[in-house]
Amino acid sequence: MIDADALPAWAALSVAFFVVFGAGLTLIGSVGLLRLATFYQRMHAPTLGTSLGSAGILIGSIIFFSFQGTRPVVHEILLMIFVTVTTPVSFILLMKATRSRPTTKQPEQPD
Amino acid sequence: MSALVLEWSVIIAQTALSLAMVCAGFRILRGPRAQDRILGLDTLYVNAMLILVTFGIRTGSTFYFGAALIIGLLSFVATVALAKFLMRGEVIE
Repeated sequence: MIDADALPAWAALSVAFFVVFGAGLTLIGSVGLLRLATFYQRMHAPTLGTSLGSAGILIGSIIFFSFQGTRPVVHEILLMIFVTVTTPVSFILLMKATRSRPTTKQPEQPD
Repeated sequence: MSALVLEWSVIIAQTALSLAMVCAGFRILRGPRAQDRILGLDTLYVNAMLILVTFGIRTGSTFYFGAALIIGLLSFVATVALAKFLMRGEVIE
């Protein structure tokens, strides 16, 4: 199904390595999101997927499409820069929102 | 031989990303508070973006890249809007 005839063997193997590497790290990050105990611990687990996981998969995509065509394809760098820049901003905003909320529910006061 | 390795590695990567999306979905359903659900939603967005990139590798078509770019953009906007809503009670003030 994959049109890999244009790829030399080392390129195909490095694409395979980078894609599996990135997907495995993303899976580890999401399992950490599911299993860690408190919110502040859970917050840093998915950043494994957004930094190293997306870098691995996008580098694999760059290598694959560069050998499919005749010129280097670097569109994925745009996606990499975008994810790397926006994830800390949104997580910092989310953390500030969490700190401004009360940690436990207050019991209702009778009027 | 190398094409076979590449195809199976992409299949393994898609399975791992699907499991990651299931984990994020469980966190959305189970999260004790609202910020846990927002965190799960952001993780789900990023995992969907990465699985679209692997679909692009599998089919050899470049159209999936645009969809991945739009999902990445919407992930930022959605998380910032929801965090602002948690902080202030309204998104645009």
